[in-house]
Formats: sequence, structure tokens, C-alpha cells
Amino acid sequence: MNALTGGNYTTADGRKIGNTMMEMKNITLRFGGVVAIKDISFDINEGEIRAIIGPNGAGKSSMLNVISGFYNPQEGEVWFHGKKRPPMRPYQVARQGIARTFQNIALFEGMSVLDNVMTGRLTHMKAGMLSQMIWKGKAEAEETANREIVEKIIDFLEIQAIRKTPVGRLPYGLKKRVELARALAAEPKLLLLDEPMAGMNVEEKEDMSRFILSMNDEFGTTIALIEHDMGVVMDLSDRVVVMDYGKKIGDGTPDDVRNNQEVIDAYLGVAHD
Amino acid sequence: MPEQLLFAMEVTLNGLMAGVLYALVALGFVLIFKASGIFNYAQGVMALFAALTLVGIMDGQIPFAHIINAIFGTELHHFGWHVPALLAIILTAGVMVVFAWLVQKFIFSHLVNQEPIILFMATIGLAYFLEGVGDLMWGSDIKKLDVGLPQGINDWIDITTFEVFGYGFFIDNLDISATIVAIILVAALIIFSQYTKQGRALRAVADDHQAALSVGISLNFIWVLVWSIAGFVALVAGIMWGAKSGVQFSLSLIALKALPVLMLGGFTSIPGAIVGGLIIGVGEKLFEFLIGPMVGGATENWFAYVLALLFLVFRPQGLFGEKIIERV
Repeated sequence: MNALTGGNYTTADGRKIGNTMMEMKNITLRFGGVVAIKDISFDINEGEIRAIIGPNGAGKSSMLNVISGFYNPQEGEVWFHGKKRPPMRPYQVARQGIARTFQNIALFEGMSVLDNVMTGRLTHMKAGMLSQMIWKGKAEAEETANREIVEKIIDFLEIQAIRKTPVGRLPYGLKKRVELARALAAEPKLLLLDEPMAGMNVEEKEDMSRFILSMNDEFGTTIALIEHDMGVVMDLSDRVVVMDYGKKIGDGTPDDVRNNQEVIDAYLGVAHD
Repeated sequence: MPEQLLFAMEVTLNGLMAGVLYALVALGFVLIFKASGIFNYAQGVMALFAALTLVGIMDGQIPFAHIINAIFGTELHHFGWHVPALLAIILTAGVMVVFAWLVQKFIFSHLVNQEPIILFMATIGLAYFLEGVGDLMWGSDIKKLDVGLPQGINDWIDITTFEVFGYGFFIDNLDISATIVAIILVAALIIFSQYTKQGRALRAVADDHQAALSVGISLNFIWVLVWSIAGFVALVAGIMWGAKSGVQFSLSLIALKALPVLMLGGFTSIPGAIVGGLIIGVGEKLFEFLIGPMVGGATENWFAYVLALLFLVFRPQGLFGEKIIERV
């Protein structure tokens, strides 16, 4: 374990990190006989950018799926805001304020960008069905408020020009950005990003890094992300969990992890003689 | 105006009215297919079941009277009261919601991620099961359904057209009310799907399940909702058909007529279901009128299917369906 577990520290660039928000305790996940995650524990603090890295097949995406409720682990506990979380379905997790993006992008291809981002607000809509249908009172005020938030996010992610375009027609890089916008529209307490920069060129990666940093800075969003690109991860994140073959082999600041012999071995391979 | 043309106009109008009913049944199919990828063979039987239940409730029939009497040796048939039409319609809609919930709970929640053909087979099973249940609950005799809709020739149209053309059109009042009800229903559905939270969620689920889950939509809830809506659409279709030709078990066969409608309109398009229904309705009647006498009549039995076959050859995705292009 490292000194920063438990939260309440100040980062090198002066951001205040709060209490522990999410805690994974001894998580084990199996698919039949295959062990995808083996006895892993780590925590995520409020306001933090937390990265999960590791070689292919290390179990990173599985871990993200456990947090977002797509998988329920056979063993271990998930604690969120100081409460143990019972096994949950993905939509229940989303309603608790945990939003996510997917490695292979899951968008509503037939809808416009604006409509896609609006679906991110679904968990915040409370007005009754009939009043929404006749567009009166609370429903109208709510719709206006939601639209304002969505427009703010669309501005923030610089996708104003494509707001009315059906998502199916967009190139890959922009789709990734729309997916991020939808997740952000939920105003999540915790935002999970599954390889936000996979398949992007250098310029797009720089844009995405900028967005992630300012999301965290301006909206105070806590972010947990998976990434392959080591350089990007080390620049972005406050703390890093390293996984290999379903096990945790490192946890700490980017510098701690960079100097960890086990991590270096996992990434570069080690000579067996 | 030549008499032949006037006849054709009258036939076209009647065809449009018949098409509205086809469109209503097809609409139920499209709703479920879009949201869950299930081709619901039982849609026609649902219309029958809804109509049977409505008549049963209105007449105060005791459900499962035959079984009860057989077991206990009683002679129960009626509660002895009559329920007003509007209240009975609301109660029947409630029954269809319960039915939707049962279908989701006991059938489709166990078949998540199964092949489409398996889901289809399940709906065939459901169709026969529901037909049997309808029979047991309400009996198999033909019933008269009268919810108070005006019936018979529309005098105003008859007189007006007689004054203008010198030939009075025969348009049934029932067809006119069916058309109005269908328009209101479709308008309500469009407003629902475009402007409400649940409608948005429904479109989201129709598009991508995983993404829908990630924004906090319960798939189960949406599926129950969509089966309920399809049940309600079936109820409306059942009322119209039932009022026209009595509630009888051949009603479930109207589902088969919806099949060519869907091939024309596309399986995923609500406007397609409507336009497809109208085209089949008009086409059928006009074809019978113009070509029928040359081939000895009875073309209405096969015209729709031949038209659908032509569409399958030249435009397999239908008029409004999504064209499937595989990227290589």
C-alpha cells in the first residue's frame, strides 16, 4: 500500500483530493474456470484521476465492468460513499451517479449528437409522463434546464458544429467525444473511461487529454480510466493501479509505479534463465 | 364524371379505411420488433384476446366459467352486471399491462441474448397459449362487440357526393371512427416517443442495449412498457375489427395480413407500417375491382402476399426500412 490511500492529500499541481469515494475490497471475478480478476483491492478518492493500466488481457476492462455493474464479482466487496454496495445491475449503478464510456463505443447511432447527449440526462428527469407529453409546468422547466446543461457540455467538448448530425455518420474520433459528452451529461460523481484514447492519432490524443484534465479541474469530476498509452497515463493521473494476469502488481503515484521492478518486468518482459 | 371512375374512387376510399386496420396491427409488430428485436407472432392473438376480454368485462361474464362449472358442478355464467364501455376499455388496458409484465417475467427475461429464431418460436408458443387461455376464459362463441361507435352508412358523405357527382359514396361510419382513432393513437405515440423520458429511453433501447444500460435505463422496464403499448394497440385494433365483424377466433388471422404490410413498410418503421397498411388496403380493393372480374374474383386473398413478394425481390428492406450495408 502507499501513503496516499485514504485520500485527503494535495497534488503536485495544487488540487485538493478528498475522502475515499470508492473502495474495492478483495475482488475476485471468474468466468467458468478462468480467473479474470484475482483478489484485487484498491480505492478511488474524490476529485482524483485514477488510472488502471496493464498489458493486454490483464483484466482492466473486467475491473471497470465490475465497478459499473456489468459484471458482479464472485468474491469481494464494493464500497461506494462509505456504504457496501449489494450486487447491482448496470442501470442501477448508473442511477447512483457512475457514468461510463466503452472501449468499442456504444452510442445511439440513429440519433443526433444532441439526442445522444440528452439521454445522459435521463437519470435526472423527474417530471411525470403526461405532463411531459403535454409539455407543461415542471416538465418544461426541467427540459429547459437539462438542455442548458447539455449545451454547456457540447460547448465544452467542442462539438457544436455536429450537434444535429446523426452519430452513425461521424468519424471514430468524434464518436469517442460524443460518448464522453453523454457520460458527462449525467453529471456523474464518478466517471469511468475505458480506453478513451484507443485508436486515436497524436492530435486527437492531446485533445482528449486536455478534456480529461479540465473535466476534472472545472467540474471536479472524479475519473477512473483505463489506458494503454503509458506516456499519457503518467501525465494525466494522480495514482495508478497496475494489473497483470488478473493480479495487482503495483499501486501508487506515477513515479512509484515507474520505478517498480515488477511493473517494469510485466511491461518489458523478463528473461527466464 | 364517368361512372367507372366514381366507383374506383369509392373503392379507394374504402380501401384506405381497411388499410387503417392493417396498419394498426402492423404498428404493434413494429413497436416490439424495434425495441427488442422480437418478431411477435402473437400480435394478432393479442388483439383477439384484448377484444374477448373487453366483451367479457362489458357483459359481466365470469372468466373461466366452463372450468369452474365443470369442477364444482355449478351453473355460473354471468355476474349479472354490465360495465360501461369506457371503464371496460380502461380495465382491459390494465389486463394487457399485466399480460405484458407476465410475458416479460416468465418468457423473455429468460431468453436474453438468444437467437432471433428462438425468440420468434417463443412468440409462436405464446400465440397458441394465449388463444387457448382466451378460449378457456371467455368461451369460443362469436360475440358481438358494441362500444357505442356509430355504425352504418354515413349520410352526410352519401348526400354530399350525390349532389356533387350524381352518385352517392357508401362509407361506413365505423371506418371513419376507426381512422380518427388510429390517427389520434399514432399522434400520441409519436409525442410519447419524442418528448417523454420513457419515450427517449425506448428509442435508446431500440438503438443500443449496452449504451442504454450505461445511461441508467432498465431494459426490463422498457420491454414491459413496449409490450404494454403493443397490447394497447392490439386492444384498439381488436375493438375496430370486433365492431366490424364480431369477436371471433378468426380475428387472430389478421396478424397474417400484417406480414405483407410489414414487408412493404419495413419492419422497423412506424410510418412504414402506416403507409404499408394503406397501400395494401387500397391495392387490395382496387385490384379486386379492376382485375378481379377478369380472373374470377377472390383476389383479396392473395394480392397482399404477391405484392409483398415483389417487394422482397426489388426492395427487401421495404419502403422505409433501414438498408443493411455491411462494411468490409
